[in-house]
Amino acid sequence: MTTKTPEVLHSDVHRDVHRDSQPRRFDVKRFLSNNGALVGLVVLCIALVIATPDFLTGQNLLNIGIQASTVAVMAFGVTFVIIAGGIDLSVGSVAALSAMVSGWFFVSAGLPGGAALAAGLIAGLLAGVINGLASAYGKLPSFIATLAMLSVARGLTLVISDGRPIATAPQVSFLGGSVGPVPVPIIVLVVTALIASFILNRTVIGRSMYAVGGNAEAARLSGLPVNRIIVTVFALAGLFAAVAGLLLAGRLDSAQPQAAAGYELDAIAAVVIGGASLAGGVGRISGTIVGALILVVIRNGLNLLNVTAFWQQVVIGLVIALAVGIDVLRRKSRSK
Amino acid sequence: MKFSSFRRIAVLTTTAALIVTGTAGCNRSSDGAAAGSEVVLAVSTLNNPFFVELRDGAQAAADAAGVELNIVDAQNDSATQANQLANASVGSTGVVIVNPVDSDAVSSSVADLNTADIPVIGVDRTVNGADLASLVSSDNVAGGTQAADALAAAMGEQGSIIVLQGVSGTSASRERGEGFATGIAAYPNIEVVAKQTANFDRAAALDVTSNLLQANPGVTGIFAENDEMALGAIQALGDRAGAEVKVVGFDGTSDGLAAIEAGTLVATIAQQPALLGQLAVELAVKIMNDEEIDAVVPVEVVAVTLDNIAAFTE
Repeated sequence: MTTKTPEVLHSDVHRDVHRDSQPRRFDVKRFLSNNGALVGLVVLCIALVIATPDFLTGQNLLNIGIQASTVAVMAFGVTFVIIAGGIDLSVGSVAALSAMVSGWFFVSAGLPGGAALAAGLIAGLLAGVINGLASAYGKLPSFIATLAMLSVARGLTLVISDGRPIATAPQVSFLGGSVGPVPVPIIVLVVTALIASFILNRTVIGRSMYAVGGNAEAARLSGLPVNRIIVTVFALAGLFAAVAGLLLAGRLDSAQPQAAAGYELDAIAAVVIGGASLAGGVGRISGTIVGALILVVIRNGLNLLNVTAFWQQVVIGLVIALAVGIDVLRRKSRSK
Repeated sequence: MKFSSFRRIAVLTTTAALIVTGTAGCNRSSDGAAAGSEVVLAVSTLNNPFFVELRDGAQAAADAAGVELNIVDAQNDSATQANQLANASVGSTGVVIVNPVDSDAVSSSVADLNTADIPVIGVDRTVNGADLASLVSSDNVAGGTQAADALAAAMGEQGSIIVLQGVSGTSASRERGEGFATGIAAYPNIEVVAKQTANFDRAAALDVTSNLLQANPGVTGIFAENDEMALGAIQALGDRAGAEVKVVGFDGTSDGLAAIEAGTLVATIAQQPALLGQLAVELAVKIMNDEEIDAVVPVEVVAVTLDNIAAFTE
């Protein structure tokens, strides 16, 4: 049974994900229908190009890339979790904790910068493993397990920092800088996207996530180690959150006690806008990138157009509802 | 109302101490150990330097006036504070000074004290839905105006500026923004080209400022409604911070003060927690002596610049 697993996955789970993976010739209609969020992003960008001359400048596009990096990297981890049928509310807090742990090891424990950076990553990984254990073996709904972690990780961040920002190691600050003309956050964004995409599409564990999210019971009966997969999924989410946290700390040259508060909602929104289903089994890294870009481009555009703060929240909410709503309608019409 | 922690304010407390000792002189003899002579100070938390300063100021004033000050710490828990205020209504409490954990949650406790005829003074944060004999809090509106003056002075009274707003709908953001708008209106050659929220957050301010600088490359001044956002703006400005673009913050946090010393931040507006505590106790003493007091006592905030920073960083 176990040896057959890859075949089972291929026939059973790929239906929605790889529908357009082997197109004989480019089908525009199918492409648009599979990339609703991308169409939304393009429409948004065209509207902004018309509305303001400041949007389509090299520096502004770089700014958008930099600003998308934190949420996107965090959202890659959340993509795994959502595909596997769970939810992770703790990524914002875990990001802050990872950065703070790294800062603490550098400043208070006197570790070399590289080791401090690694300590931050390990902290995120551990938090993720705990989420996974609580969810898989503790049988807590992931909503509750990660809600608890949201609180615990934020609390620990405050305990470690005593409520004050801590300076970061030069290796962490490097993440916020640039190599020549290319900002490091964008490099990190691209590299983590490739890694996440590889995990999801080219590894057994990645394919298994779709199976577990599609039907956990079927996955278990077909011999998949569901619990171990769930732990791995949350561990990856913790690790990606840690990268996002270190990225943010690098940009600010300091680990902030309230860093990334509320980012989990942005990350989840990015994943869902990108076409993933909260019911599990469906989702793509490319979609998540588009989702993150939509969120950042809206905020960037609202800033450029100097829209008042009160209205910004209304607009952001409406665009999210619209993006996901169109996607739902599109799927419905396609299934007819 | 509280977004900062900051260090001792030597110069200003001296002035305040003179006022306090002036009033305290006449109180010392008249106020003995009679029933109702104790002042209870219910602090939201002492796990924050700001409130430690506030307590120290209150204690100094109580010592000067010769009144017993009973300090209780709610550790930021509204339920604990409710218990502490209930305890205060028995015994020899003359006046209760409350620094609410939450302005709404504390109201029923304060109402009970009202029923028991124990006057309540609010400090730093107000109490909703119950009577306060007086409220002592920082004057955020005046602070906003001072920030406008400091920024205008640094910019040579001309140029265009960006305002980074705090969390929408908070009193701190509203009052600081209002004061700044009034203050900056006095400089006809300064134009506010953009007003955007960055939620009192450093990372958000970094993003919002980067965006706004695209739309407004000629900006020469930035006012942030707290120091955290000012520091985010400085990050976005890079080398231009303090040089072509002047930044003014609010709160006087230790990071903010360090940025002033580094030359990237022109000024920050500092609250005076010790003075808040002192004035609250002074009012309590006045109440116990049946003197008239004001319903609202705004406490001045101070513009900290390179000129007077030594008094704030010791």
